[in-house]
Amino acid sequence: MVLSIKTAVSRNAKILALFAIVCTAIVGLVHSLTKDQIIFQQQQDLLRNLNSIIADDSYNNVIYQDCLILPGAALGTASSQKVYRARNNDKPIAAAITTVAPDGYNGNIELLIAINVNGSVSGVRTLKHQETPGLGDKIEVRKSDWIKSFNTKRLASKNDSRWLVKKDGGMFDQFTGATITPRAVVKAVRNTVIYFNEHQDKLFNSASNCQNKDSVKETF
Amino acid sequence: MKLNEEYKELAWQGLWKNNPGIVQLLGLCPLLAVTSTLTNAIGLGLATLFVLICSNATVSAIRHWVPKEIRIPIFVLIIASFVTCVQLLMNAYTFGLYQSLGIFLPLIVTNCAIIGRAEAYASKNPIKQATFDGLMMGLGFLLILMLLGTVREILGQGTLFDGANLLLGEWAIILRVEVFHLDSQFLLAILPPGAFIVMGLFIALKNAIDDRVAAGQPKAENTEISRVRVNFDEK
Repeated sequence: MVLSIKTAVSRNAKILALFAIVCTAIVGLVHSLTKDQIIFQQQQDLLRNLNSIIADDSYNNVIYQDCLILPGAALGTASSQKVYRARNNDKPIAAAITTVAPDGYNGNIELLIAINVNGSVSGVRTLKHQETPGLGDKIEVRKSDWIKSFNTKRLASKNDSRWLVKKDGGMFDQFTGATITPRAVVKAVRNTVIYFNEHQDKLFNSASNCQNKDSVKETF
Repeated sequence: MKLNEEYKELAWQGLWKNNPGIVQLLGLCPLLAVTSTLTNAIGLGLATLFVLICSNATVSAIRHWVPKEIRIPIFVLIIASFVTCVQLLMNAYTFGLYQSLGIFLPLIVTNCAIIGRAEAYASKNPIKQATFDGLMMGLGFLLILMLLGTVREILGQGTLFDGANLLLGEWAIILRVEVFHLDSQFLLAILPPGAFIVMGLFIALKNAIDDRVAAGQPKAENTEISRVRVNFDEK
């Protein structure tokens, strides 16, 4: 006899539910086994990025835990940003600030910008972008040294006209075939330096308020 | 041995005759998107291979308990679970590669080659054969990914194994070969259109070889012209 529709449906539903439970259980198990390793990897990655722009012997605090959340409005970005503070025996050394250049050639460019307490740029790194391969992706440090041209630069005043790409009369090179990308990066770095110069005390004196795990996750 | 011949046939199907990459043309999205470097290609190829073997084995193991009406959602569930596991494992142990493969890792779920094999072969055959089929289809896919990756990386950047350390650890930096130096990259090879062109050349090459082999044989058994490129042999 053919099963009645009702029994067939409920039987299939049970089998499907069983598979869903087993599959979810397996994924859950793998997740719980890899969770700590993933967080560790993310912290290591963050630390690698931070140490590539702030000399790791210049500070001695746990930098990725000394972290402050900035509301997006502060830097003019859509999402909230993070500030990692490097201190040597509680004396501020430098701050690494994440920001977003919203006007890249192909969407947002996520940046990490480290600035020394004296206002000079310690280093800039591109965290994430979708710029054209071969043209705009020279903002990645593994493709080109361009991003290092920010090192040691200072902003003389809010309207420092050197902080533009060469095409606009400034001091930063543009790339052959791609001006929009470096222009966006220069602008974002400049805005961040302005913000840092104006709010330095507040940036270093506010209590750390990132939940460590989340902070790492959200940044990358 | 009859069984031996079956394995041989499976290997032949997966690696050449029904290669998922250049004959079935399945999984084109990740295939074309991540093959800009050889390292990325190998990474995605291995991930796909692993998922394919696991899903084929599992689908075959449960084939007697799965009612026909709900087999597709169950296959999807199984494949998605394996992909999620692979993604978590890669995130944990090959973090750099995980970042450079990005969205294409979860997209393995949508690689039709996997559900295609589950449905067409694994759900009807014993575990051993199904696993072997997964291995061969996966290898066929990996092979095409590697070929595409090699050609595009050499043409686009003039290097081989750029970023191999992301996949294999820091020691692999020495694997990087600079085939020739390019002042600026050859954009076409890196962007998706270049991938399509190279892919097209591969397909043409395969067809040419097949034609040559067929011409070498005195009499063709099958004169029927067929537009259908995928033939699942019904057993």
